[in-house]
Amino acid sequence: MRVNRRTSVLVAGAAITALTLTACSGSSNDNGGGSGGSGGGDSSAEVEVFTWWAAGSEKAGLDALVAAFDEQHPDTEFVNGAVAGGAGSAAKDLLQSRLQANDPPDTFQAHAGMELLDYINAGQLEDVSDLYDEFDLREAFPADLVERLTHEGNIYSIPSNIHRANVLWTNPSVLEENGLDPNAAYDSLDDWFADLDALQEAGVTPLSVATAWTQVHLLETILLADLGPDAYNGLWDGTTDWEGAEVTAALEDFEQAMSYTNGDRDGLDWPEATQLVIDGNAAFNVMGDWAVAAFEEQGKEFGTDFTAVPVPGTEGVFDFLADSFTLPVGAPNAGGAHAWLETVASLEGQTAFNAAKGSIPARTDADPADFSEYQQTAIDSFAQDTIVSSLAHGAATPVSTLNAVTDATSKFTSGASNLSTFQSELAAATAAG
Amino acid sequence: MIKSVKRVGPPLLLLAPSLILVGIFVYGLIAVNFGTSTTDIHTAAQTTGQEPSSNVWFKNYFDLLGNEAFQHSLKNLALYTLLFLGGTLLMGFVWAWLLERPIRGESIFRSIYLFPMAVSFIASGVVWRWLLNSGQDQSATGLNRLFQMVGLDFLQNNWWNNVDYGITAIAIPAIWQLSGYVMALFLAGFRGIPEELREAARMDGTTTWQLYRHVLFPQLSPVALSALIIIGHMSLKSFDLIMSISKPANYQTKVPAIDMYIYKSSFDYANAAAIGSILLVIVAVVVVPYLIRTNRKEK
Repeated sequence: MRVNRRTSVLVAGAAITALTLTACSGSSNDNGGGSGGSGGGDSSAEVEVFTWWAAGSEKAGLDALVAAFDEQHPDTEFVNGAVAGGAGSAAKDLLQSRLQANDPPDTFQAHAGMELLDYINAGQLEDVSDLYDEFDLREAFPADLVERLTHEGNIYSIPSNIHRANVLWTNPSVLEENGLDPNAAYDSLDDWFADLDALQEAGVTPLSVATAWTQVHLLETILLADLGPDAYNGLWDGTTDWEGAEVTAALEDFEQAMSYTNGDRDGLDWPEATQLVIDGNAAFNVMGDWAVAAFEEQGKEFGTDFTAVPVPGTEGVFDFLADSFTLPVGAPNAGGAHAWLETVASLEGQTAFNAAKGSIPARTDADPADFSEYQQTAIDSFAQDTIVSSLAHGAATPVSTLNAVTDATSKFTSGASNLSTFQSELAAATAAG
Repeated sequence: MIKSVKRVGPPLLLLAPSLILVGIFVYGLIAVNFGTSTTDIHTAAQTTGQEPSSNVWFKNYFDLLGNEAFQHSLKNLALYTLLFLGGTLLMGFVWAWLLERPIRGESIFRSIYLFPMAVSFIASGVVWRWLLNSGQDQSATGLNRLFQMVGLDFLQNNWWNNVDYGITAIAIPAIWQLSGYVMALFLAGFRGIPEELREAARMDGTTTWQLYRHVLFPQLSPVALSALIIIGHMSLKSFDLIMSISKPANYQTKVPAIDMYIYKSSFDYANAAAIGSILLVIVAVVVVPYLIRTNRKEK
């Protein structure tokens, strides 16, 4: 009896040890599964789509896209892998862990552009350029855009939509009440600052802004306004000198712009900053075109209750960011992912998704009549304007550079560094990336 | 030999699974973390082995400690801990002292004081984020608005948005939340003192103050020490409360745990691991002397 018990303890102990060891060796598996092509299966019975679209207009967009998908690919089951919370940061953290553990979803949402660079360098993404040929996307997407998505000759994602970052939202009645022309077109930042000064004196918050990332968003539009699209692009490829006098002047403008903003900015997120404009507690707000949903949800009329124009000095430039879908290395249902990407790229898919989400299709052959009044103006500009990549939304730089830029910006706007320190920290942040 | 195996063997076998699990998942992972912190894995490609990484020993530690932003985080952590510790100990002690003599409705007071502890830091952070809103005058909400309503306008301030000592504003909700717990500890301490001691002191003709000062307070020092350790290590690990009141990118409220989070999400695993090790060392500096002390006492 005693011997029996001891034996069973021994067996149990050994079993647990063995289990633990296998668990460990499983996770420390090979790291180099990168170059082996689409390692995973080709099953197309289902597709797990990993996004952070779990609420609001984003959820509505995803639902519309899924409806289009079910129509085009009735045999493939859609598995929603959405992770809510933290404006995508919770999802990105989980995605990072899953990719590191060689357990990728079949396809995941990511901002198009340099935000993907980390995954690309880590060998976690498949090149999808052949899908661009298969789906005829090189004709459907603007050449500017395709060029921006190409990294060393390869393309790693298919955009589902396009957003514009350089939009100035205005509450015309606040301007009117303070004796300013609500329809004034500002040619430059200086013209705009003159009105901001007047509002400041009248005791109104001239410009609303929120926490650090929205301050980076504002910074990027001011850099774009002062430097112009070519020099702005040069900031990311190294041809524009971050330490140069031009950038100093732009940062001085940024400092001035920040002096017009609300004191509680660091405690707010973008919807609250936009709300200040909607409620007439602030005159202006710089935010991407997704803010239009906030105005429309509250029954505000475009043109009378609010207006949206390019940030002063950025007329004719489209500061783009895009959500896009990828094909991870080792996706368990590569066939399902292929079907999903086909829907994402298709005209029906893009139209359904963007009509619901408030963004615009990446395809130039979409019919503007399917979209709202604001979206129609955005579609026009996207077709004509110079396209540049957004800094704050991962199109222009890798994640670590953006984090370093955000740190430097927060340090500057909270008063912990001066302009020259700020400038050299920005230079260091972009040089390291 | 065989005898001693027979004596030690079965209990050792019984303990083996937990020893192995703790060995791997606690100490093993601490070792892995330390190993990562001595490498130069600062990019995503290195984390998956697409690009080589090498051992740089303590370079990450020197870089971090020499980095002005990280020093700012450490300073914030020190400030926060100081105020959090001082505040909870003081409040907890005073409440316990007030409740020490049995009074009517004591259990109600006890529950009221202890209740905030039942709320998670994240949930209370959401509320305190609004209370500690830094808008002033027309745009004031939360506490600033309250100060206006009662005519104490001069008390309005920008709370955690001050870059030098804003972090101390976040210690306020932390104190609110844990003072009740410290009170419970002290109350248990008071209750643990035998009634005979009080009676003996009264027989000797002490005043109430002398009774507390020379008889009761000295017996509370072990409780105070436990409270110090528990609150101290909680404070050093603070992350959730700060994250839910402020945002990780806000420079004014950065602490090392938040830096670790940001490095980790930038794929900079080496620096994240180095900060983890630094935090472990700081907590060890606080906790280990206490463990040694209690260990000695038990012997």
